[in-house]
Amino acid sequence: MAEAPLLTLDGLTKRYPGVVANDDVSFSVDTGEIHALLGENGAGKSTLVKMIYGVVRPDAGSMSLLGHPYAPLRPFDARARGIGMVFQHFSLFEGLTVAENIALGIAPELAKGDLAARIVRVADDYGLKLDPVRLVGTLSVGERQRVEIVRCLLQSPRLIIMDEPTSVLTPQEVGVLFATLRRLAGEGCAILYISHKLEEIRALCHRATVLRGGKVVATCKPREETARSLAEMMIGINVPPMWREARGLGDVMLRLDRLSIASGKHFGIDLADISLEVRAGEVVGIAGVAGNGQIELMRALIGEVAAPSDGVIRVAGRPVGRHGPAARRRHGMSFVPEERLGHGAVPDMSLWENAVLSAAERKRLARRGFIDLAGARAFAADVIAKFNVKVPDERRAARSLSGGNLQKYIVGREILQAPKVLIAAQPTWGVDVGAAALIHEELLGLAAEGAAVLVVSQDLDELFAISDRIAVLAHGRLSEPKRVEDLTVEAIGLSMGATAGSSVHA
Amino acid sequence: MLKFERRREPSIVMLYAAPVLAVALTILAGLALFTALGKNPVQAIGLIFITPLQSLKSISELLVKATPLILIAVGLAIGFRAGVWNIGAEGQFVVGAVAGGAVALAVYPANGLWLLPLMCLAGVLGGMAWAAVPALLRTRFNANEILVSLMLVYVAALALSVLVHGPLRDPEGQNFPESRLFQPSALLPALIPGTRAHIGFLVALAVAAAAWALLELHMIGFQVKVLGQAPEAARFAGYSGNRLVWVCLMISGGLAGLAGLFEAAGPVGQLVPALPVGYGFTAIIVAFLGRLHPIGIVVAGLVMALTYIGGETAQIAMSLPSATTSVFQGMLLFFLLATDVFVNHRLRWIGRAPTRQRAPAAPATEPAE
Repeated sequence: MAEAPLLTLDGLTKRYPGVVANDDVSFSVDTGEIHALLGENGAGKSTLVKMIYGVVRPDAGSMSLLGHPYAPLRPFDARARGIGMVFQHFSLFEGLTVAENIALGIAPELAKGDLAARIVRVADDYGLKLDPVRLVGTLSVGERQRVEIVRCLLQSPRLIIMDEPTSVLTPQEVGVLFATLRRLAGEGCAILYISHKLEEIRALCHRATVLRGGKVVATCKPREETARSLAEMMIGINVPPMWREARGLGDVMLRLDRLSIASGKHFGIDLADISLEVRAGEVVGIAGVAGNGQIELMRALIGEVAAPSDGVIRVAGRPVGRHGPAARRRHGMSFVPEERLGHGAVPDMSLWENAVLSAAERKRLARRGFIDLAGARAFAADVIAKFNVKVPDERRAARSLSGGNLQKYIVGREILQAPKVLIAAQPTWGVDVGAAALIHEELLGLAAEGAAVLVVSQDLDELFAISDRIAVLAHGRLSEPKRVEDLTVEAIGLSMGATAGSSVHA
Repeated sequence: MLKFERRREPSIVMLYAAPVLAVALTILAGLALFTALGKNPVQAIGLIFITPLQSLKSISELLVKATPLILIAVGLAIGFRAGVWNIGAEGQFVVGAVAGGAVALAVYPANGLWLLPLMCLAGVLGGMAWAAVPALLRTRFNANEILVSLMLVYVAALALSVLVHGPLRDPEGQNFPESRLFQPSALLPALIPGTRAHIGFLVALAVAAAAWALLELHMIGFQVKVLGQAPEAARFAGYSGNRLVWVCLMISGGLAGLAGLFEAAGPVGQLVPALPVGYGFTAIIVAFLGRLHPIGIVVAGLVMALTYIGGETAQIAMSLPSATTSVFQGMLLFFLLATDVFVNHRLRWIGRAPTRQRAPAAPATEPAE
């Protein structure tokens, strides 16, 4: 490692009205180091990275790059000094080619000349297959991430910031990404790796800086820590181990019988011949990379899109395939959609109004069509209390809650309706560790009480932690579910359809 | 440099301040306008906004004009909350007037207490029937209800003209294209004796109260709001979008029809080709000025009626152009939309302006958050 640190942060502080996002944050990243930035959602990782990348300016403190003062006013300055960033949510134009997208995001002088040839060369150098003339719309998520990485690499960076890069990848793609990152580090490029996936950090990173409540609470060598000790640093309390008691399985509560629905949309996925049984007391996980029919499957399960016939979806034996969401709820189904704001909740409505949204009938929040205001508020307050939602009261607008808090509220709203079948998509996506643990526990608790739980998720760790059986959704087809004990992450990754090099065609 | 940014939560203060501010800005702009025209601005504004409130007669005229505005705007507001854009209330107003008026003319010269309720029913059904056309085309063929309802306004106005030139023409009217004057029990009772103010105003207040209850306390109002704010969430909840389109268009069409009947059976007293004077369009402004809230709409309807009465007074007293009223109503909507932006956004002073802009507008230069 080099003698002077590559990037040094000294006392960085950033205040927003009502919160101190970063409080006197100091640490350094060395040349060639893969440095993890670890913390829950809301711990201040994102603000810190924005300051390094020149999107926001610190209120106090300073940075230096290779011993020289570094105070970027905008991302352009950061890039000019050799700092690149790969965002969690890519911003690529689907209708343009790989080369065109890259040309748009780099300095104009770099975009001139034989860009396509340089893209191929850089990509090949790092073992990333990328065809510069393909349309981005036809690329898998993993391939899109490569576009962003290659875009960074073309600018010969000293430091690459990666924001939760593996949340959208198959295990095989993660392997390729890690190899690339290690190779970059070996060549002297530093990587600031943001994640809350502890195993990954232990496998990949040389050092880790842990943020909690905007402050640095620890710096450690992750390889010398356990996932558990890292989690404790991150959330500051002892994490209860996930317990799963052997549950007796009951009757089949949810049965899908050769469910096929044509999507009818551009870039949509047709569901083909999906069969599945979920029994009372069981948690079944559906794995798969985004864009393989998860959205379409959720629509069909919620009842937003009707199945071709009633019999293909049965709840506790009753055919509900042609029923809408309200009728399915009457039969004891509950749903947690993937999108919290705008789908699972109305952003500008208060929490109690959002309780009426899905619980009006089963919690009797409406009488003769008139809303029982007191009842709705009491139910919302109940959800807030039982699911530890951090919010002053139930009159707050849904959009004012953090992702984790809103998700706790939505999951709580559905679980407290005592469903016989609960279907949840990405229940802990973008949710902090504490909230994720609570949500997992509640899902297991619901199953233990005799409900059938179906979880559609891209997070394999999550599925392995809570599922009894896991099936894989790929290209709109569902594999035979297998017991978790008989499965490995690698096996699941392979049946996700896409091997690391090939793409998932829409 | 000033920066424009989105608020974390909508500002309640601005929500209520915006209409007040809009009225104030309209008055200021009006002062400037009259000065530019070489008229005494203070006198003109006084004539428009103050004078009409100083006599019983003009106050009663205020109520006459506010009644259809409130009735129509309350109905429209329910639809607007759901994202159902009925722009054709003017047409439903005409058809309601024709349907209700035809009942009176059909039984002429019969009188009785039963007549007026029957006319009201026919007026409501007429407005609903006219609004059913965009509802059907929207729910069956996904046709845009804005265009369909708007175009039907002209069809309705021409139909009225045909009818009063033909079948509904006053047989003793020397071929004037007008219907008979309605029989006494087909006319709305006066609210203030000796004026044209009629009990329709009380009906409008009752309708506003009922609409408030529907929106705030009833599931239909709740569904309307969810559909308008988050259509995906409405689908998640299982609300039928088509059903709500029908509900909204039937309510707004029915109320516009009732307003039309009130106009015919109230101040006008017969069917004439000039019955539609733009209430159906002005009510759109009223609905937004009143924050799509029934109580706000009552206030906004009265303010808008004031610009009608005051505009006319000023035209006569100061020989202003007849467009004065329209200009004021237009400015009111313009300033309202402008101030409305601040409900969800705010201006903030940030240190200094960026000095250069060399980086290309790349899609990936800002964190996605």
